[in-house]
Amino acid sequence: MQIKLWINDKEFNDDISPDTILIDYIRFKGYLSVKRGCETSNCGLCTVMLEGKPILSCSTLTVRANGLHVKTIEGLQKEAEEFGGFLADEGAEQCGFCSPGFIMNVLSIKNELQNPTENEIKKYLEGNLCRCTGYMGQLRAIKKFLSKED
Amino acid sequence: MFTIDKYVVAESLEQAYELNQSKRNVIIGGMLWLKMGRKKIGTAIDLSSLGLNLIEEDEDSFKIGCMCTLRDIEVHSGLNNYFNDLISKSVEHIVGVQMRNMATVGGSIYSRFGFSDILTVLLSLNSYVELYKGGIVSLDEYVGMPLDRDILTRIIIKKDSRKVAYSCHRMSSTDFPVLACAVSNIGEKWNVVLGARPRKAKLAQFNLNESPKKEEIDLMISQIIDNSSFGTNYRGSKKYRQILADVLIRRNIEEITSGGNYAN
Repeated sequence: MQIKLWINDKEFNDDISPDTILIDYIRFKGYLSVKRGCETSNCGLCTVMLEGKPILSCSTLTVRANGLHVKTIEGLQKEAEEFGGFLADEGAEQCGFCSPGFIMNVLSIKNELQNPTENEIKKYLEGNLCRCTGYMGQLRAIKKFLSKED
Repeated sequence: MFTIDKYVVAESLEQAYELNQSKRNVIIGGMLWLKMGRKKIGTAIDLSSLGLNLIEEDEDSFKIGCMCTLRDIEVHSGLNNYFNDLISKSVEHIVGVQMRNMATVGGSIYSRFGFSDILTVLLSLNSYVELYKGGIVSLDEYVGMPLDRDILTRIIIKKDSRKVAYSCHRMSSTDFPVLACAVSNIGEKWNVVLGARPRKAKLAQFNLNESPKKEEIDLMISQIIDNSSFGTNYRGSKKYRQILADVLIRRNIEEITSGGNYAN
């Protein structure tokens, strides 16, 4: 079926199978920051923004994005790089495989919550799993990043 | 993974209903659970252009469109103010924000999942479902009805100033609950709902005064546990769930009678 959507503000028109999953479409278009993890909607690795809201691209049909705007970390490089500096300063990254999805959700916090408490940050990120770090360094980095924004 | 031959964004509920009469066709909600199966879908029916993603509030009720996401109801100020953050509390442990931005209320309630937090909490409220052909049916009745080919269009929650408390137990954060429990009280009527037993949520009703004595609570809880079916799965045994039921019901009653709030 015919679709039109924007990935990082670039327009795409395609004829796709209706069961094409968004992560496959996005990666096929070259946005390889979007990682395939659990594929059971649990790990958050495949997080992208659809019309500004974080969603799981592994569990979204591409046709659902028809006429809409998708953002991946490639489209938010300036913000992602800035937050990446905070992660590095706190030693909050090891293998880095979860980082793109995690950073997308941190940037969503910034967009959605005003002065979030530590508990609100933790709750917002419950859907982002990291098997390396234990989360404490990430939490320190987020708090410093968000307080800088203030 | 499922396959889809054709995808139709419905232009009317009648069109969606007609398409949905074929067993090969499926209405797509958040599709998170559907995706986990291997169904060969003829036509996937999308209701997202029918204005069913709104939460309307009037003097008597809230009307929640079936395409509203769990996140929509979690952050809706009207629902949270009226129910003292109950709805928010009941969905905040469901996987993550991204998932709750996708999962629809209609999909969760239509499917009457045995692990559902939201079904548990809505059953404790004065809730109804609006079906396209079947009209308005109480949620308690709907839970007992078989899955059919009608379309759940809205969920209606009547405002009746009842006091409500919700709690659940999870083996780990964001997992399915081992047990979910909601209790509500209006006048001398107490509603106790146990979900994730691991079967679909069930409502039990009792008449007690607004501040019941310990012996009355003990008797009510033992009757509920005796009359509810609990099961065993790898999250917990039947016996463990029975013990949890006692604790969660008691906590919720205490929260209602004392005005307190248990962190979940």
